[in-house]
This record gives sequence, C-alpha cells and structure tokens, in this order.
Amino acid sequence: MNPIRIVIVDDEAPARSRMRELLEDCRDDLPYALAGEAANGVQGLQIVAAADADVVLVDIHMPEMSGIEFARHLQVLERPPAVIFVTAHDQYAVEAFEVNAMDYLTKPVRAVRLLTALKKAANGARLSRGVLESIDPAPRRHFSVAERGRVTLVPVSEVIYLRAELKYVTLRTREREHLVEESLTQLEHEFAGVFTRIHRNCLVARRFIRGFERGEETEGEVGWSVVLEGLEEKLPVSRRQWPQVKSLGSGK
Amino acid sequence: MQSIRQNYLPDALPDFRNLGVISRILLWVNALALLFALARSREIGEFVAKVTGIAGSLEPVLLLALVALYAASSMLERLAYPQGLAAVFAIVLAATAAVFPTQSLLGGSAELRELMWSLGCAAFITAVVAWYFHLRNRAFSPAISEARLQALQARIRPHFLFNSLNAVLSLIRKDPKRAEGALEDLAELFRTVMADNRELIALRDEISLCRQYLNLEQLRLGDRLRVEWQLDPAAEPGLVPPMVLQPLVENAVYHGIEPGIEPGLIEVRIERRNDRLWLQLTNPYHPDYQHRQGNHMALANIRERLQLHFDVEASLNTRIANGRYEIGIAMPYRAGS
Repeated sequence: MNPIRIVIVDDEAPARSRMRELLEDCRDDLPYALAGEAANGVQGLQIVAAADADVVLVDIHMPEMSGIEFARHLQVLERPPAVIFVTAHDQYAVEAFEVNAMDYLTKPVRAVRLLTALKKAANGARLSRGVLESIDPAPRRHFSVAERGRVTLVPVSEVIYLRAELKYVTLRTREREHLVEESLTQLEHEFAGVFTRIHRNCLVARRFIRGFERGEETEGEVGWSVVLEGLEEKLPVSRRQWPQVKSLGSGK
Repeated sequence: MQSIRQNYLPDALPDFRNLGVISRILLWVNALALLFALARSREIGEFVAKVTGIAGSLEPVLLLALVALYAASSMLERLAYPQGLAAVFAIVLAATAAVFPTQSLLGGSAELRELMWSLGCAAFITAVVAWYFHLRNRAFSPAISEARLQALQARIRPHFLFNSLNAVLSLIRKDPKRAEGALEDLAELFRTVMADNRELIALRDEISLCRQYLNLEQLRLGDRLRVEWQLDPAAEPGLVPPMVLQPLVENAVYHGIEPGIEPGLIEVRIERRNDRLWLQLTNPYHPDYQHRQGNHMALANIRERLQLHFDVEASLNTRIANGRYEIGIAMPYRAGS
C-alpha cells in the first residue's frame, strides 16, 4: 500500500506543529507522507493541487477563507482529496457534522482519534458538494474555477455579472471570463446580498451598476439595458425584472 | 426567611456623592411636592400659585440638605444602616430648621406651628425617599449576583481555552519551560474568572490579567498579534470592576486579529484626568468578516456591571473610525491602596 499523502491547513503555527507530532505518533500504524502545509485556504488550494494529496487536515476557523469554504473549492479538482475537519470549538459546525455523519476532530486532538479518522479517509470516504453547502450556508468569498488541474480563485467582489449558458455559468470580471459548473438559481440564492437578477439568464453585481439606457422598441414596448462600470457591454433587462431593477441605478 | 434574604445585600445608605443618587433625590422630592400641590388645589391658577409657594420654601431646604449630605457622606458610610438613617433624618431636619428663620424674614410667619409643619413634611419626604432607596437596593442586589453568573458563562470563550491548550501541548516536547509558563498563565486567568467578582479591584491587577491573557494569545497567533499599551501611572491604583478590560481585549483579538492574515495592532490607552478614569481600546475592523458567534454579550455585560457600580457616572461607547473599532469607557476614579 502506498503511503497516503497528507496536507495540513491551519492558520496557527503551533497547531500545525502539534499536528505533525501527532502524525509522527501514528506512523507505525499508518504509513504516510507529509505532502505540505499551509497557513490559509488560498495557499492550501495550491499546495493540495500541486502535491496531489489524498487527505487534508483542515482547521475550520481561519482568516480570509473558512475551512468549510476551502473544502468546497477542493471539490472542483479532478480528484478531490478526503477532508478531515479540525475545530477547537464550533458548536454549529459540530452539529452539522453529526447530522451528516461526517468525521471531524476536536482540538486538542488525540493521536488515537487522528489514526481512526485517517484510516477511514484513506479508505475513500469523500464529501459531496451539497453536504458542504448545507453545513455553511454563508456565502463564499471566492468562486473556484478548475483550470489545467489547478484551482483558480475569483473573488466574489470582482465579479461584475453571472450569465447562464447551456450547462455552465460565465463569470465576468473586468479582465476576463471564467466558466463554472453551478446553477444560476443557487448562485442567486447564495449571493442574494451581492447580485440581482436582471434577466432569466443573468445576475448583476449591484455595486457595478452605473445606470440604465433606453434600448430599441420591440412590439411597442421600450426595453432597458444596464450600464456597468468597467465594461463596454450593456446587458438587457427583461420586462419582468425591470420593476425590481430600476431603483438600483439611482442614488449612486 | 433567612435563606431567601441571603441573596440580598445588607441595607445600605446610597452614596450621596453619586450624581445618579443626587438626581434621583431631586426628582423624587420635587415629584412629591407637585403631587402635594395638586392634591391641595382646585383649579389651575391655584395650582401654579401653590407650586411657586412650595418651591420657594422647599428648594433652599433641599439644596442645603443635599450639600450637607454630600459633605457628611464619608462619615455616613462608616455608620451601620439604622444609625446612618437616623443621621440622615437629623441632617434633613436641621437643614429645614436652619432655613426656616430666613424664610420668616421674607414675610412668612415664624410661628411654632408653622415650623412643626415644615419639619413634619421634611421627615415624611425623607422617609419616602429612604423607602425608595431601600426598595431599589433590594431590586438590584440579586442583579449583581445574576450579572456575575451570566458573566462567568460569557467571559472566556471556549474557543480560546481549547486553542490555548492545544498551543501548550505543541510546546511540551520542544520547549517544556515555555509550556510551564503558559499553563501558569492559564491557571491564573481562570482563577480570576472563577473568583467572586463583586468587589472593585485595582486597575493594575486588571492590567496584569490582560497581559497574561495576551501572552497566551501571542503563543498561538505569533507575529499576527501586536499590542501597544499607553498607561498613565496615576491611573493604576484606581479601583475598577473586575474583568472590565479582559473581555474587551479578548473581543479585540477575536474580531480584530484572528480574521486577518496580516499582522494587526491592538491599542490600549488608560488615563486619569482629575477624578475620571478613561479606558480606550482600538483594533482593526473587518466589516465583511463577522464571526458567526460574534455577539455583544461581553459589551452588554460590562455596561451592566459599570452601571451597577457607578450608576450614571460611568459610560461605555463604541464607534468605527478610520477602519478601526474603538471602545471608550469613562468612570469615576476611586482611589485604592
């Protein structure tokens, strides 16, 4: 059996070093290789992808990107690693883990518990995206895009609009477009505070709306389009959405 | 009966130097006078005349009595409740009698009956106000133990305890000396948290508690946590409610330092200006990163305890300025040893 490849993600250096010690204690019972360490989720994604890890030990409570959001981004990898969550005290997450029969560790971690969890993970217990979404309903701070075996993160705050086309959703930032495999309805729900629907197939970030332009008349009715900051392109507003949308451009 | 009463503080006179107490006395006495005037008049014109008449004789007595009580308050503090109460009555009656001759010079009649009537009114009003403070005392003393209990649960976050234990465990094999020091800090911190926290303590003890707490946080957060203290030596002997600062420092770490990858600075400034103590604490503000368990328990708890100890003379304010979260506390300076 090949040694399992493990990555540790925790923002606190002492916690990472403690985890290394515990792993060392497990070595006789479970051959493993430490494939890398990261102090935050953004670093962690690159390390996991580069190291082709089998198991990731991740702290839930981290700056910038929570452990749960990190695990969600991992799922865009072709072969996502097993994730073992570690937490000092997060009542809410622990309850969610129990409900979904997921394995987790509490800090301080016992070597015996770590060993059991690692063995289970090595046998291929994998997470589903749906479960992770249900654990942390808070909106993500990044979108994740799989590109050439790596994970590219696109900060939600940089996305100007989201447009559904066939089986993908296009994210438009000032610089370029990305494709993600998600549903527009779910995105609308998750980011209700950031994006507004202007059309059956399109959500626009409210903070980029600069105003509205009158379009050509069709069948005797005037159509409107949204003018967006940083983009030449103007997006049509559907007649159905216009009453909700028209108040957004004013007052800026 | 004995066991039920155990929750209450023993009866005590109010602190006549406290602004809240003074304003409560003023309000009560004047409200009583208005009621009295209302009861004795049949129409509005008569009511106005009555109020003016009563105010003319009442206010000088009231002010003189308050000044006398203020001056005598340190002496009154040392007396047991019944003797203290008797002394208060004596002071009020003396003030009434002292003001009486000047009033008769201004056109009143200096008959004995009039004097007896004034003294009777003064005694009655004093009794009502004393009864009010007695009730207030009873209403608030269970609140003190209640607040203490509530505080015990809210103060130190379990998040902090378990993370600190984990950090100490990480030291045991490599640096046992530092692990020992950290466990000692932790023990001392919890000894204070679990102590009976009803009495005021010296500010310098509260500060050293905060330092122990910050040592532990430094252990796990390393360079990310920076702290700057600006301490006024004249403030350090002052008395403050225990755990008035530590929960705020803990909040600053939890909401200001932990959500950031970059190092963050916590500033604590403590000053004494004449008879006031000023505590100010600022930390980086992360608007789009609110912890799920973020709550205002600690703030509400401290505000309540400040009010129990200092009434309206203490204040706690928060604001966000220049990307930093600021908490300011002002309270009277009470000299300790």
